[in-house]
Amino acid sequence: MQVPLVDYLVLGDEPHLVAHECTSCGARFFDRRNACASCGATEFLAVEVPTDGVLKAFTIVSFAAPGIPVPFVAGIVDCGGTSVRANVVNVDPDPEHVTLGMKLRLATFPVGEDSEGTEAVGFGFEPR
Amino acid sequence: MSDDVWILGIKMTKFGKHPERDTVDLAAEAALGALSDAQVTMRDMGVLAAGNLMAAAAGIGQQLQKQIGQTGIPVFNVANACATGATALRTAVMAIKAGEADYGLAVGVEKLAGAGLLAGGSRREGDETFTPHGRHGAVLPVDGRIGTETMPGVFAQVGMQYLYEHQYSGTPFELFARISEKNHSHSTLNPLAAYTKKMSLEQIMGDVMIAYPNTRPMCSANCDGAAAAVVVSDAKLKTLSKEQQRRAVKVAASVLTSDPWEEACQVLPDVNTLTQNAASQAYEQAGVGPEDLDLVELHDCFATAELVHYDNLMLCEPGGAVDYFESGATWRDGSLPVNVSGGLESKGHPIAATGIANVWEICQHLRGEGGDRQIEGARVGLAHVIGLGSACGVHILEKAAA
Repeated sequence: MQVPLVDYLVLGDEPHLVAHECTSCGARFFDRRNACASCGATEFLAVEVPTDGVLKAFTIVSFAAPGIPVPFVAGIVDCGGTSVRANVVNVDPDPEHVTLGMKLRLATFPVGEDSEGTEAVGFGFEPR
Repeated sequence: MSDDVWILGIKMTKFGKHPERDTVDLAAEAALGALSDAQVTMRDMGVLAAGNLMAAAAGIGQQLQKQIGQTGIPVFNVANACATGATALRTAVMAIKAGEADYGLAVGVEKLAGAGLLAGGSRREGDETFTPHGRHGAVLPVDGRIGTETMPGVFAQVGMQYLYEHQYSGTPFELFARISEKNHSHSTLNPLAAYTKKMSLEQIMGDVMIAYPNTRPMCSANCDGAAAAVVVSDAKLKTLSKEQQRRAVKVAASVLTSDPWEEACQVLPDVNTLTQNAASQAYEQAGVGPEDLDLVELHDCFATAELVHYDNLMLCEPGGAVDYFESGATWRDGSLPVNVSGGLESKGHPIAATGIANVWEICQHLRGEGGDRQIEGARVGLAHVIGLGSACGVHILEKAAA
């Protein structure tokens, strides 16, 4: 049995991220909403976020929370106009291999197992 | 007579490790120092605004009063992350502008020495069986699994994003390290800085990497410190001594903003728009432009942050921050010295104190009391801080007319 690391990751044959899109102004959010922070409206639609993106910012973290292997690459990926926070994976975590503007695609992988054997699946972006 | 507000007295403590002194000791040193510098006492104060981020719920204002003067005045305990000091100053200024007090005291204090890595967000432990928690339905803590919430990492991305947006084709690590080199060099002239050692580019780039491209010296220094300012109305100032009037510094602008919604702001804090807004409002309030500034103390919480604020504060052409830095403009002998105090990287960043400490720095130069650091002929300065969440405080200070 698999569960997604966060509820905006949809698993299955074609894993993808979903956002709540404000039906009034189009602003997109990944968290549970009380209202739109851009225009104040309260109606949202679930929209799929493109799985291909471009890396528009990154850092290579050497000191992290306990249990997080370092170094790892944290970044912001522009997925067709929707910015997504994610780790950049399946690439050497150094400035020779990770570059601003590099083309990426969504990848999913196990991130842990609980006491009942349920597997949590997380996501990142890998070079395409 | 106008509705201007003036800084009558101001003080910052030496930043550094003060294990034998508690938070109130440091706040008291700053407050009593500011009162003494202003030649007034606690009895004159009509309002107190105080901030201490690490113990924001503990009421630092009243704790301070209980050591230096319980006069029953209104106390506003404020918290706006790293913009707490500026928020305290803004609050005192606002009370005077509202006509509710003639004199106000603003204090910011922090004990942060030895604090280590700071991070936003939550670090909750996982449950035994996966259970979705919070507004993202997370079954495990996301920091490090979905990007980073550590401050050096967040602000590294802020700087890198600027380079991406402006098609930078050089070497990011060296660029940002050179900014740090400038600030460490500046701090050698500042006896109140936590670190006063010159560091070469090689030393900075060779130091421990925290979150590329920020090495340890490129990160704001965690330390203990406090700063306080006494502010006074123009009407009251005119009744004071010639010396008090001569040394008073005009608060030409006092602005606080929060971050308006932008597309990516939920995934990476937008420290740009709210700074641009605060700067525009401040320049308009003060009736000056960036070309009128003689020095700037801005929020270099990390070397990667300083770069974007050259642009946000409109010190350079839009998109031109890299060229601006590389022209040498922001060194102390350049056309607009930035962070001659050593900045947060070298002077230090006791969080709630910083927003008043950078105003203190500006005041030293405007009063002609900058010692070895003095920027000659300084008449107008700008102080800027950003606290994540977010808040931006910008103050523009002007020398008293002769």
